[in-house]
Amino acid sequence: MDLKLPDIDYAALAPILVLFGASLVGVLVEAFIPRKRRHLTQLVLGLLALTGALVAVVLNAQDRVVTAGGAVAVDGPTLFLQGAIVVLAGMALMLIGERSVQRGGAFVAHAAVTVGSPEDQRQAADEGGATEVYPLTLFAVSGMLLFVAANDLLTMFIALEAFSLPLYLLCALARRRRLLSQESALKYFLLGSYASAFFLFGMALVYGFTVGAGGTGSGGGVDFGTIRTAVTDSAASEVLLFAGLALLSIGLLFKIAAAPFHVWTPDVYQGAPTPITGFMAACTKVAAFGGLLRVLHVAFSGASWDFTPVLGAIAVLTMLVGAILAVTQTDIKRLLAYSSVANAGYLLVGALVLSKDGLSSTMFYLVAYGFTVLAAFGVVTLVRDADGEATHLSRWAGLGRRSPLYAGLFTFLLLAFAGIPLTSGFTSKFAVFGAALDAGQSWLVIAGVLTSMILAFPYLRVVVMMWLSEPGESTPTVSLPGGLTAAALMIGVVATLVLGVAPAPLLDLANGAAEFVR
Amino acid sequence: MSLSPYVPIIGLFALAAFFALFSVAAARFAGPRRYNRAKLEAYECGIEPSPQPVGGGRFPIKFYLTAMLFIVFDIEIIFLYPWAVSFDMLGLFGFVEMVLFIVAVFVAYAYVWRRGGLDWD
Amino acid sequence: MEHSVEYAHATGLLGSVWLLVAIPLVSAAILLLLGRRADRWGHWLGVASVGAIFVLGLSYFFSLRGLENRSVELSLWDFIAVGDLHVDFGLLFDPLAAVFVLLITGVGFLIHLYAVGYMSHDAGRRKFFGFFNLFVAAMLLLVLGNNYVMLYVGWEGVGLASYLLISFWQDRPSAATAGKKAFLMNRVGDAGLAIAIFIMFATLGSTQFADVFNGAGALQSGTVLAIGLLLLLGAAGKSGQFPLQAWLPDAMEGPTPVSALIHAATMVTAGVYLIARSNPIFSLDPTLQTVVVSVGALTLLMGCIIGAAKDDIKRVLAWSTVSQIGYMFLGVGLGGGAYALAIIHLLAHGFFKANMFLGAGSVMHGMQDQVDIRRFGGLAKYMKITWITFGLGWLAIIGMWPFSGFFTKEPIIVEAFARGDWTAWLYGGAALLGAGLTAFYMTRLFVLTFHGPKRWTEDIAHPHESPLIMTVPLILLGLGSVVAGGLMATPVASWLTPVLGHGEHHEPVLSHTVITVLSLGLTVLGAGLAWLLFRNGTALVEQPAGPVVRAARRNLYTDAFNEAVFEKPGIFLTRALVFLDNRGIDGLVNALAAAVGGGSGRLRRLQTGFVRSYAMSILTGAVLVVAAFLAVQLGWLA
Repeated sequence: MDLKLPDIDYAALAPILVLFGASLVGVLVEAFIPRKRRHLTQLVLGLLALTGALVAVVLNAQDRVVTAGGAVAVDGPTLFLQGAIVVLAGMALMLIGERSVQRGGAFVAHAAVTVGSPEDQRQAADEGGATEVYPLTLFAVSGMLLFVAANDLLTMFIALEAFSLPLYLLCALARRRRLLSQESALKYFLLGSYASAFFLFGMALVYGFTVGAGGTGSGGGVDFGTIRTAVTDSAASEVLLFAGLALLSIGLLFKIAAAPFHVWTPDVYQGAPTPITGFMAACTKVAAFGGLLRVLHVAFSGASWDFTPVLGAIAVLTMLVGAILAVTQTDIKRLLAYSSVANAGYLLVGALVLSKDGLSSTMFYLVAYGFTVLAAFGVVTLVRDADGEATHLSRWAGLGRRSPLYAGLFTFLLLAFAGIPLTSGFTSKFAVFGAALDAGQSWLVIAGVLTSMILAFPYLRVVVMMWLSEPGESTPTVSLPGGLTAAALMIGVVATLVLGVAPAPLLDLANGAAEFVR
Repeated sequence: MSLSPYVPIIGLFALAAFFALFSVAAARFAGPRRYNRAKLEAYECGIEPSPQPVGGGRFPIKFYLTAMLFIVFDIEIIFLYPWAVSFDMLGLFGFVEMVLFIVAVFVAYAYVWRRGGLDWD
Repeated sequence: MEHSVEYAHATGLLGSVWLLVAIPLVSAAILLLLGRRADRWGHWLGVASVGAIFVLGLSYFFSLRGLENRSVELSLWDFIAVGDLHVDFGLLFDPLAAVFVLLITGVGFLIHLYAVGYMSHDAGRRKFFGFFNLFVAAMLLLVLGNNYVMLYVGWEGVGLASYLLISFWQDRPSAATAGKKAFLMNRVGDAGLAIAIFIMFATLGSTQFADVFNGAGALQSGTVLAIGLLLLLGAAGKSGQFPLQAWLPDAMEGPTPVSALIHAATMVTAGVYLIARSNPIFSLDPTLQTVVVSVGALTLLMGCIIGAAKDDIKRVLAWSTVSQIGYMFLGVGLGGGAYALAIIHLLAHGFFKANMFLGAGSVMHGMQDQVDIRRFGGLAKYMKITWITFGLGWLAIIGMWPFSGFFTKEPIIVEAFARGDWTAWLYGGAALLGAGLTAFYMTRLFVLTFHGPKRWTEDIAHPHESPLIMTVPLILLGLGSVVAGGLMATPVASWLTPVLGHGEHHEPVLSHTVITVLSLGLTVLGAGLAWLLFRNGTALVEQPAGPVVRAARRNLYTDAFNEAVFEKPGIFLTRALVFLDNRGIDGLVNALAAAVGGGSGRLRRLQTGFVRSYAMSILTGAVLVVAAFLAVQLGWLA
């Protein structure tokens, strides 16, 4: 018996491999480099690896291949989203690596020290944070890159776990409010594995469906090509197909934080260290939507008439839940979490439009939103008092007087979230809603516009609070950002502005990339 | 579709069930019964599950570390075993891939070693 | 007009037309971002940037003259390109834009220069020049845009600069209030313009000037009327025309150079530009033109009457601006050849009104910032240059031969008499009457300020002439007031033909000579009357007067009207909203949000923080999703 070995296009896989290799090196750095020099080494290594991955993505720009035995597809959307993830991860890494805003950075030095003990207070005060966050972040990023390229459900599942597990850990590593952080990590982990189980179960059902579809003996598969053929010309049990698709989408909807699978989002966003929250809000969202887009566009497009109403209803529910719940939030991180939920709804609207326009506008939205949300969390890291970040909204009252520059930047970012013209928030919503209108999904657009009106309210409330309230005794100061945070903030704000004023180049790029290989 | 491929699996299930029952039963008949305080603890590993340590005190994590390390190597074995069986068919490609896999696992091993995960005290 | 509109692509020198917007914008950015570091040299940067673009504007003007069809388009990048909507960030440099560029940069340069002196004692001079440059950039974008969206961006930009400058001395409550008033009234007009642009996009699929003008003819007449009326609303808001005129006189709270540049010479004429630029739309519908003419005629009379009753030197000038723009609206409303006449009058007005505002500023400079003309008098002796230049402006605005107003206002009056039906008598009569009234109130202003007995307050001992940096622009603008009209009238009209077309010419109902004699006669009559009445000064405090004067003093009750019709219901609405607001959660949510907030509060209880309930919610969701999928598939739902 002879096994047919798969062809592997190493060049096409290079971005993933570079990052994976770099994360292994990162683990070795943890093992062999003295503690004092780890932070700088890891940071440089991480940024170099991301640059390398970006270069690899750019060099691959013309690739349209399916490789590794059909497990990985490197095509336009893959490359676009990989590029987006790498760039956004670079910004997130800058926030993660910042150590001048808070002595020792945002991460705990010894995760095993009991919360509240004298040792804990000492480490919180002045010890350098754990540098394991860098390899963990790189592992997560390489998982995300694989996730958007996965061309069968098994690879997708592996990638899902590969980027989820490091994230669970990262959430637990906050330097301050450690109980909240650990609680959030545990919740994320438990619910995440729960959702993964749904994904696996759905995969099994879909496999069963393809076995039945091909007639006896031909065997099934979980690669998207097989599923696609089975969906389009099958007389097999559609119960299996739709039950399977439903369970699969639950696994993905959990990651993108769509209602009612969003319940973890506010707690985790609030508890996780803020740079990690930003990383999740930007990169996880891109990756999860990348996977969802591929599943819907490539594998199940033949069944779009059947899943659009259900997923559309979920999109509407997600927008509503995100917008309405944002109104009464009193913590800025929870507010941004619900805003991220609502944005997942808007993105779903785009993801449900199975056309080139729908695909490109969704990808554009992902990038635009990623920049804005990272910059917003970057500002959150700066507003602090003696106990760390001051995230309660009442503490932000009068911030405009204390620090007009950062309050101004944050106002701009909030206006972008609210979709005010000349910000990327406007152009991206415009693109997604336009595509949905063209596809005849006006009900989704109406829901989108209505909920953005609701959502504008909590944003403007923060703006009003910052500018029109008198600063009180408890108004925290805004720390001067170190070079890294300043750079990340600058990139985010400039991108938000540029994508709002001249979105055409990126839209063109997205348009050129908006074609899956099948 | 004939059921014949499933017969060995059913056999395996039966064997596993028998082994479990046999072990429990054998321990009951063959083992000495000398109860003391430690023996009656839920996990017999030095940690009281309840009540929680007063004042958030410390508790040893050596057991967990050991268990996790065991799982890592256990999983490695699970991968190595089928590769060993079909080594001739996978050829050089399989060999290189497996070396890479082992290197990746050993990176983690090196981390554990340098960070003192292998020291008992 | 059945010619199709198309523009050549800009090449060569004209390819850099964007510099006109970029240079003042960069200068504004430097001034506003550098902060105090730029205090020492900032104002000179401001002046230099405007001077530079004036020179550039001249060279563009001359290269445009050499071209065959005299209009070039420059598309810089896709501003908005989503779905069917494509908006270029594009510029259009054609004769109409060119004359505006020269007006804005030329007069703008002189006023910038003047402001160096005028603002020399003000701590915020650098900020002032930053805003000023921002205004110039936005105004140039407004006149250079090649589509309505670019025009709108510039439109909002000049609005922004205008509010910032009106309330420049924001520690004065009256300045802050005036800024707000300008902001609110302009919003009404801006909303009109925005809706007009939406309609264009909805019906024509484009907002490019070329597409809109070529496609407008095919539109239904109702649509054209709607677009036209909305554009007119926008124009009226920006240009202080009835019924949105009330903000302009209050805007005089800003520094005097601002009044001269923004609220007399340039920004307020944006409405005239908008209508002239949209002439292919307005020419389609006679009703539309009649509305524009009526607005113009009504406003010009209103401005004259109110101007005659005011005692604040800048407010009199402001109402005269309102009235003069009324003449321009009258012109653009008449259509045909009168489009060009309105633009020519606009240019001439830019000179003499800027001149008079700067003169007023010079007077205030010497009189410790007093503005009450009842407290002036006899200043001719003390401020010779100001007196002479202001006098030239005065003669120009009342339309005395051979000053520029005569050459530019006269033809509009003649055109008004040439409407071809009985309305000729109505509008022509109004324009003629306006000429007489203008002569009356401007003479009153001039005589009370510079002649007659001194009526100064005790604290003023020696009024002094302003420094050179202020008088030189005055002299140049004064010269412009004399010659601009006579020199420009014919060449500018033919220069503008490619944009505004040839109008068919009707014969006026009265002969040309009769009209000229009548208007000159009325002017002399009005001026003479004012001279006689105010030669010996006037009462120092307001005297009881008849109903007409009382009404005029109170702005013909238009403020009262606004108060009754808009403000009172507005206040009531606001109170109602505040009431609802207070009932919202924590006093932060307004009426709409109260419902949302309530729902939010209730939904929030689902977010318990327990993993078990989260898992339950996910499970419930999962069951529902699976059920929904199966239901759809089995045909129960879809």
